[in-house]
Amino acid sequence: MSTINKSPVPAAKKGPSFKTRLSNAFVTLYNINNFILRFFRQAFVPPFEFKEVMRQCYETGVRSFTLITFTGFITGLIFTKQSRPSLANFGAQSWLPSLVSIAIMRALAPLITALIAAGKVGSSIGAELGSMRVTEQIDAMEVSGTKPFKFLVCTRVLATTLTIPILATYTGFIALLGGYLNVSVNEGTSYTTFMEQVFEPLTFVDFVASLAKAIVFGFTIGIVGCYQGYYSTKGTEGVGKAANGAVVTAMFLVFVEEILIVQIAGWFR
Amino acid sequence: MEKGKANIDYQNKVITIRGLEKSFGDFEVLRGIDLDLYQGENLVVLGRSGTGKSVLIKIISGLLKADKGEVNVLGCNLNTITEKELQELRVRIGFSFQNSALYDSMTVRKNLEFPLVRNQKGITRTEINTSVERVLDAVGLLHTINQMPSELSGGQRKRIGIARTLILNPEIMLYDEPTAGLDPITCIEINDLINEVQQNFHTSSIIITHDLTCAKSTGDRIAMLLDGQFQRVGSFDEVFSTNDDRVKPFFEYNFIQ
Ligand SMILES: Nc1ncnc2c1ncn2[C@@H]1O[C@H](COP(=O)(O)OP(=O)(O)OP(=O)(O)O)[C@@H](O)[C@H]1O
Ligand SMILES: [Mg+2]
Repeated sequence: MSTINKSPVPAAKKGPSFKTRLSNAFVTLYNINNFILRFFRQAFVPPFEFKEVMRQCYETGVRSFTLITFTGFITGLIFTKQSRPSLANFGAQSWLPSLVSIAIMRALAPLITALIAAGKVGSSIGAELGSMRVTEQIDAMEVSGTKPFKFLVCTRVLATTLTIPILATYTGFIALLGGYLNVSVNEGTSYTTFMEQVFEPLTFVDFVASLAKAIVFGFTIGIVGCYQGYYSTKGTEGVGKAANGAVVTAMFLVFVEEILIVQIAGWFR
Repeated sequence: MEKGKANIDYQNKVITIRGLEKSFGDFEVLRGIDLDLYQGENLVVLGRSGTGKSVLIKIISGLLKADKGEVNVLGCNLNTITEKELQELRVRIGFSFQNSALYDSMTVRKNLEFPLVRNQKGITRTEINTSVERVLDAVGLLHTINQMPSELSGGQRKRIGIARTLILNPEIMLYDEPTAGLDPITCIEINDLINEVQQNFHTSSIIITHDLTCAKSTGDRIAMLLDGQFQRVGSFDEVFSTNDDRVKPFFEYNFIQ
């Protein structure tokens, strides 16, 4: 009995101090770094989990396909519609396709795709691996002499890195389709003229930069989702945290990378 | 339900542990464990919840690292083992998890194939099917081969979990509470299964349990984990012929009600 009432006044609950938080942040950074190194050490050494990579590519595509189609189309349509009045002020409606194309191909398509994939794919990777960690499935793989990192993490990261550039290209064309629809209704532009004007302002640097962006975004979403899930702390609460953490961190990093890559691409123009 | 005579080689130790200690933060869970497991023996580990039984077998399988002390499994010193050696060692150890830990995105068949195809390079489709059917038959669940883990009962999941470890022909089996949460009849089936595995697969096993019927019917030797150490080790009757207040309730709860 006496042990139960040992401390009648519970100690005041204090959050961790600034110093511990800062050191925790560095520890996390170090761990993520190790995680990425481990990916590169294991992903390209045989035996390859080819079938599982394909399955994950399919999952990545299927999970985000509908939302990307919808968002891409609407974005193209609305962007074109909203840009028209400004151009009309200068009597420059004929530049509309070029403007739309630059906006979509340089910036919007990879970014929209990445944000949607972070929400749909990143969170489900986090939740999936998180629940596998919590229910000891990852431990079970480990003790049976198999490599869970390779089977679970490498395959998913490869899948997002491969699939998101493809999805981003798709988003670009769907958005252009939205733009074309608007232009053809209002200006009566033909499809060929529209397409000519679309590709005219785009340079090789634009394509490379967009592709690089999409690859980096895909890699980020995969790594962040896997990291959050793979090291989620025990308990069902950890699964939710992993899913949520995957989305928030991935979106934040996507924006940071967007800024960096735009800067770098600017030097080549 | 006394246990029949087992074929134990007392000259041959498969696991030796000396002075093992493990803490989590300030909390000392294991405080000097000494343990020998003989070839062919079933050793039952008893102890209250939270005394570190699961931690002990996780250390034996290399999932957790010991803070102090020597752990020797099948001739490998776990303190100095390399990543590659550990992976090879793990194939020789079967680990049946407390909550079964079946891969819930895969069918029963895929669950069983998973460790097999990744550890035996160049195995043919026919060999895989034969092995899968052999272990499923051993646990009496051949008919569930195409089901998903979510469609199985707790007892069936436990048995599939055991089958998944048997498929690699392990030399040591580690069972974490194989009968927890199961009805008495299923418990008896699991106990029989553990004894059949010992005889047919020639394994040495550590069985963690709270269930004294399980302990009595499967254990060749009983070890009681008290305050982070094995304080009572011996046959069932030796362990329970005591007035120790930490030991008596186990016996009374299970047999005198
Ligand atoms: N990874 C971990 N991190 C921190 N503490 C842990 C960890 N694993 C176990 N513990 C602690 O170690 C103690 C022993 O845990 P363990 O799971 O071995 O208990 P157990 O004897 O298996 O109990 P039960 O019979 O309920 O399964 C517990 O108090 C637990 O809080
Ligand atoms: Mg336990």
